[in-house]
Amino acid sequence: MEKVEKEPLFSAKYRKLLTNPLGQDNPITVQVLGICSALAVTVKMNPAIVMAISVMVVLAVSNVVIASLRKMIPGRIRIIVQLVVIATMVIIVDQFLKAFAFDISKHLSVFVGLIITNCIIMGRLEAFAMANKPWPAFLDGLGNAWGYGWILIIVSFFREFLGSGSVMGFPVMEKIGVYNFGYEDNGMMILPPMALITVGLIIWVQRSRNKTLIEENK
Amino acid sequence: MKDFSNRYIMVFSVVMIVSVAILLSLTALLLQPRQEKNVEVEKKMNILSSINVTSTKADAVELYDRYITESYVINIEGEHLEGVDAFTVGLRAEQKKPLAEQYLPVFIAVDDRGDTLHILPLEGKGLWGPIWGYVALKEDLSTIDGVTFDHKGETPGLGAEINTTAFESQFLDKSLYRDGKFVGIKVVKGGADPQSRHEVDAISGGTITSKGLEAMVYDGLIKYEKYLSKNRK
Repeated sequence: MEKVEKEPLFSAKYRKLLTNPLGQDNPITVQVLGICSALAVTVKMNPAIVMAISVMVVLAVSNVVIASLRKMIPGRIRIIVQLVVIATMVIIVDQFLKAFAFDISKHLSVFVGLIITNCIIMGRLEAFAMANKPWPAFLDGLGNAWGYGWILIIVSFFREFLGSGSVMGFPVMEKIGVYNFGYEDNGMMILPPMALITVGLIIWVQRSRNKTLIEENK
Repeated sequence: MKDFSNRYIMVFSVVMIVSVAILLSLTALLLQPRQEKNVEVEKKMNILSSINVTSTKADAVELYDRYITESYVINIEGEHLEGVDAFTVGLRAEQKKPLAEQYLPVFIAVDDRGDTLHILPLEGKGLWGPIWGYVALKEDLSTIDGVTFDHKGETPGLGAEINTTAFESQFLDKSLYRDGKFVGIKVVKGGADPQSRHEVDAISGGTITSKGLEAMVYDGLIKYEKYLSKNRK
């Protein structure tokens, strides 16, 4: 284990844990993880936001739990332990949604349960929490979940705005009155393939601004 | 990473599993009343929406008590069954029983005009999963006063359109009986005959959901056929 003198809670190194996953280390656009749920829950903004928050809770808490237990977890069964922790957190989050946000939990249906299989979470537990203290693990969890979440929210914004003419359920297009001029919502934005194309466009924009992310041609 | 003994691993696993089990049972137990309440409120909102009463989560229970005056369970012969609460009957479980033993719930509502409406629940299969709904019949027990449909996971923009007003409103004033014979409602691909009182338009791109919905309406309501015929004026 690393032997470092006590670092301040928000040192530069710790801040990087929070900010790197938002951009150059983004789980979706750079590591291309968690794509499946990003396609499924981004038709409307509200479910996407709830999904982002759920992933954040699951990832941050699981990271802290695994990091606190990291010296006690036998290496031979560590993947099982990680899965148990993730599954427990997901079930708790699912139960809370069913009790307090019933409509949205119906909308998210199986995708809350499928957070268990979200590669981002297993990836962070195995790669980061197993080798770090609880506090940096917590920050890493928040950072990565937020990196996942804000892509989800951007994609859902465009899909809801162009596909249903609303933003967070508020009928913007109707209020502006563009329907009177013959404008129609683009029904294709509602279909899953458009989520993939939207994510693709975000990746394109990101790589054209940050050339270091472009893979070399062999 | 240290090497742990087998005994340690066993003990670790057992402790982990027991604590997780306790945590999960506690959560489930504490949240269960709230979750059941949500399901109940949603069902009441669905029933109310079939008689064109819009309700919110806050006033659904109160409106339900005001509009739904009576509910009971009948069997396939149209006879009343005592001692069963219509509201708690789960149609999916009932459909697995032999026909003669199935409970068929009936909800009676009195709307703002003072008309008595019969609300009958339906449950069927769409493309991806279950679809369900409620049909409200006018006093002649043939003309549809309103319907509400919903689904678990039909394709957005295609099959999922069955729960939109545009689709549901087509059923208004359609008739289940033609010349005294039960015909149900046909969901027609490529445009229903606007003159017909027994057809509605299918959803383009949602053929399997449309077919499933047609089958659900027919199979669900024909079980009430004896009851409806007996009470028809």
